[in-house]
Amino acid sequence: MLNHLRPALVLLGAFTLLTGVAYPFAMTGIAQVAFPRQALGSLVEQDGKVIGSSIMGQSFTTDRYFQSRPSATVGPDPADPSKSISVPYNAANSGGSNYGPTSKALIERVSADVEARKAQNPSSPVPMDLVTASASGLDPHLSPEAALFQVERVAKARGVPADQVKALVERSVEPRTFGLLGEPRVNVLALNLALDKVGSQ
Amino acid sequence: MTINGWLQIAIYFAILTALAALLGRFMARVFEGERTFLTPMLGPVERGFYRLAGVDETTEQSWIAYAVAMLVFNAAGFVLLYAILRLQDVLPLNPQGMSAMGPELAFNTAISFVSNTNWQNYGGESTLSYFSQMVGLTTQNFVSAATGVALLLAIIRGFSRASAKTVGNFWVDLTRTTLYVLMPLSILVGLFLVWQGVPQNMGAYVDATTLEGAKQTLSQGPAASQIAIKQLGTNGGGFWNANSAVPYENPTPLSNFIQVLSILLIPAALCVTFGRMVKDERQGWAIYAAMSVVFLACVAVSYWAEGSGNPLLHALGLSGGSMEGKEVRFGVTNSSLWSVATTAASNGSVNAMHDSLTPLGGMMALVLMQLSEVIFGGAGSGLYGMLLYVIVAVFVAGLMVGRTPEYLGKKIEAREVKFALLGILVLPLFILGFMSIATVAPFGVSSVQDAGPHGFSEIMYLYSSSVGNNGSAFGGFTGNTPWYNVTGGVSMLVGRYLMIIPVMAIAGALVAKKAAPASAGTFPTHGGLFVGLLVGVVLIVGGLTFFPALALGPIVEHLAMLAGQTF
Repeated sequence: MLNHLRPALVLLGAFTLLTGVAYPFAMTGIAQVAFPRQALGSLVEQDGKVIGSSIMGQSFTTDRYFQSRPSATVGPDPADPSKSISVPYNAANSGGSNYGPTSKALIERVSADVEARKAQNPSSPVPMDLVTASASGLDPHLSPEAALFQVERVAKARGVPADQVKALVERSVEPRTFGLLGEPRVNVLALNLALDKVGSQ
Repeated sequence: MTINGWLQIAIYFAILTALAALLGRFMARVFEGERTFLTPMLGPVERGFYRLAGVDETTEQSWIAYAVAMLVFNAAGFVLLYAILRLQDVLPLNPQGMSAMGPELAFNTAISFVSNTNWQNYGGESTLSYFSQMVGLTTQNFVSAATGVALLLAIIRGFSRASAKTVGNFWVDLTRTTLYVLMPLSILVGLFLVWQGVPQNMGAYVDATTLEGAKQTLSQGPAASQIAIKQLGTNGGGFWNANSAVPYENPTPLSNFIQVLSILLIPAALCVTFGRMVKDERQGWAIYAAMSVVFLACVAVSYWAEGSGNPLLHALGLSGGSMEGKEVRFGVTNSSLWSVATTAASNGSVNAMHDSLTPLGGMMALVLMQLSEVIFGGAGSGLYGMLLYVIVAVFVAGLMVGRTPEYLGKKIEAREVKFALLGILVLPLFILGFMSIATVAPFGVSSVQDAGPHGFSEIMYLYSSSVGNNGSAFGGFTGNTPWYNVTGGVSMLVGRYLMIIPVMAIAGALVAKKAAPASAGTFPTHGGLFVGLLVGVVLIVGGLTFFPALALGPIVEHLAMLAGQTF
């Protein structure tokens, strides 16, 4: 037992220094030089201010913007920090709803969202991802269908032709990687930034 | 279900198999102490470690000394990690001013990372300092995986050596696994992930003002370095609360592919290493085949269930697979493939919320954990667990033909079979035992989020994941209570260490045996018949134990869902 103590303590110390200190610091150094934008969180700046990260979702609620998927993230209640309240797209506390498939709360929430979306666009079927909460609560994407579903509403709110907005969405669709991996998708923040540019022209 | 979906799954499995062959052969050379292309660089580091620690790399240990060395090392790791978590408020690299972790949660977390489980009753970005993430958790991600591999090497030597007394040197196996295998792979995977968008910095969280003028706090940190080893070492503990579903943790389909490949890579490759070290690679591939049969069957069921979707949502006019708890960039295919890979390996990282999977999709995850994590399983621990089932399988085959069973030239006798069964049966005892108490006690059911059969599944998932050392969760469940922190911690300890002791005892018994030359009556263990027998034993012994519980949870829920019932 005692003869194991020295190797145990020395190796634990050595591995802590190697894998817990040297490795993450070295990786940070290499990453900052080789991929500085990504290493610092892929931040997007506008007029010198950080407006978000290009790979993290953010909340859009007005009709002028394409709206992101529902988010189930929570944050502390400003009135009572021991309680938590719904704070969609809280990037400091990721998480999903975790509702099971037969949860009454899930079906009621989705049902209400479906009705609300139908009122905005009665002509197309409501896309699945537009009324379901993502796993992280920070999904930066919509399916192409969920973006196209919102074209009429956004065009009307901005007073621009719907065809122009639709063309913008179609240009923003990212295909599967190598035509194979993942799913086709639209980055909501990138799409909305492009939309603002169209408006200002 | 689409052609593209099946194609993504097929390509994943093909690349996994090819890489397993390459890495498996490389690891065999490393563990036998042969020269590799890394030796010129890492040899001096390795020898330096031994000199500092006073280890003579040529001196080997008996199975008892080997097991004690492992236990002392793990106990020291537990104490260090517990101390770091309790003191993180006064330690450096804490830009967000996180407070110290409470004693029960720190106990649970320290056991969780030392035992290679990575169950998380906390959210990383809201609870931990960078010091805790790096120095505490990342270190254990490396050494707990290396511990599993070392134990596997001991039992492999039990088969490959004859009439010997020693099973290797724990310190040497630990050091070689970390330096030559885990470290180089982590650097490669980590840098790949940064390229894809995973942050790697020490800065404070960034406050952004969104396009609509709201404030969004973007949590940062040294994430890529930890995520690489969390996948490779079958640890699975997320840097962020929602794990690899968070875009920062897993930003693209490509980062997803590399991560889900990393989850199964080392456990799969160790099958090949095993074959090499027992001087017959076919033996390793036979075990690989048995694991693959169960794995692919579970992927098929899960993908079918997730692709078919939830009729309760279809009734609202929606179509396709449910996207509740899933990310658009991964979709149904990659969420379902990952959920099976992460529970087949005792990894436990998630890219979709398992709590929101369809009943049968969630059941595949449960079943894989309840088979005691032997379908690829944890780094090292998956294969040594599978070797327990192999011993039972050859014993059953021996009973059928009335001969003393043999495996790899070693006679399998009563002692080995008893230990193997002990190692296999201790797991259901604790899963079902704790589950039964929690299901009827008020302090147990108060943590459940969903009513009805799904709530029962949530409790079953916690104990299956803890005892199986998986670490994934049905996340709606509130695990951070005194009862669950303590019984979850005990479950993780039992699942790891009570399985190790029989395994090491078998290693010690086998290594002392003479090699029995193969004869005409020897049952060949590299062919299809053996693969079928092994799959059968795993499913019957492991699976039937839990069938009644599964019938009350996911199976009832599936039927209720089809009947349109909610809870």
